[in-house]
Amino acid sequence: MSEVDPPRESEIDQPREKVSLYELTWTFNHIALASFGGGLSAWSREVLVVEKQWMGEAEFLSAMTMCRILPGANQVNMAVFAGSKIRGLPGAVAALFGLCLLPVVLIMVAGFFYFRFKEIPAVKGVLHGASAAAVALTLAMVIQTGRKCLTALMPVLLFAAAFILNGLLRWPLPVVLAILAPISLFWAWPRERAV
Amino acid sequence: MTTYLQLAGLFASLSLLSIGGGNAVLPEMHLQAVRGHHWMTDSQFADIFSISQTAPGPSILIVTLVGYGAGLRVGGVPCAILGGVIATVAMIVPAASLMYAVTLFWQKAQKSKWRIAVEKGLAPLTVGLIMATSLVMSRAADHDWRAYLLTAICTAIFVLTKTNPLIVVFAAGVLGYFGIV
Repeated sequence: MSEVDPPRESEIDQPREKVSLYELTWTFNHIALASFGGGLSAWSREVLVVEKQWMGEAEFLSAMTMCRILPGANQVNMAVFAGSKIRGLPGAVAALFGLCLLPVVLIMVAGFFYFRFKEIPAVKGVLHGASAAAVALTLAMVIQTGRKCLTALMPVLLFAAAFILNGLLRWPLPVVLAILAPISLFWAWPRERAV
Repeated sequence: MTTYLQLAGLFASLSLLSIGGGNAVLPEMHLQAVRGHHWMTDSQFADIFSISQTAPGPSILIVTLVGYGAGLRVGGVPCAILGGVIATVAMIVPAASLMYAVTLFWQKAQKSKWRIAVEKGLAPLTVGLIMATSLVMSRAADHDWRAYLLTAICTAIFVLTKTNPLIVVFAAGVLGYFGIV
């Protein structure tokens, strides 16, 4: 009623409506199951950034590298990051459950067949095709995110260096990051009074 | 009982050592599961590795199958399931707790220069690393020119159209089922 609202913390980073824990679990379950054949990171971006708009592009990408630096599976870490950003600790647990519960059940079913009959029926050919598409989804992610952040010389150089060192020369990730992360942070450091 | 304790101990420690993702601790996991504890043979380990890579969900779920295999040695399928659950929880919880602590800190650092620099600076770097990942994935997944062609066509569909990716992945799976790729 009154026109003077109590001063609120600016919450640019919070999604507009409160996301229910059920929706978090369901969303991560969807991400996990869609990644049949691989491409889990690409699916995460597709759902979290494009579809649900829970995170911005730069936030997602930087979180992805943080998730890789910290111990733990990247996607598990991303679920914790997104879940706790949205709903705190319950959100992190809900996202983790969504990401892992059904896949754990499915992989145990696969394990049951494997350890009992030494083979898993009728999936090999399907996986062949689905994996080719999963590679495509990951490549498409490179093109889509690259369009947005590779807009100047320096980002293009950082992108190329990361690809060449990690992808072509196969240097281990910690080494690549030890070299490139300081350079990129120095480049991106906000400089006051920059005109 | 000792098997379960060994599983929990092994994976809880591997969890915090898995810097750069689960694949970083794979050699140690292999050593412990095959040579150390004799939970499975070399070729079984290789097989469950490929199962876990292609199954939906995080690829780290190979630990579920190591736990399953270890539990199978203890008793029947119920023991195997218990082993799988213990291994999975032990592998996930320590690293996820650390990640949660970091996220809390990160959310508080909303306006810090560090956060601004990390978001702007790591983005192009990450895109390069993802491209490296797709190269590695493609070496494993695309065996001949037909698979490469399928990857190229799917990429074009994803970039140029708004088709639901699930439909494309499903269609590619159908092509694979009929042996076309």
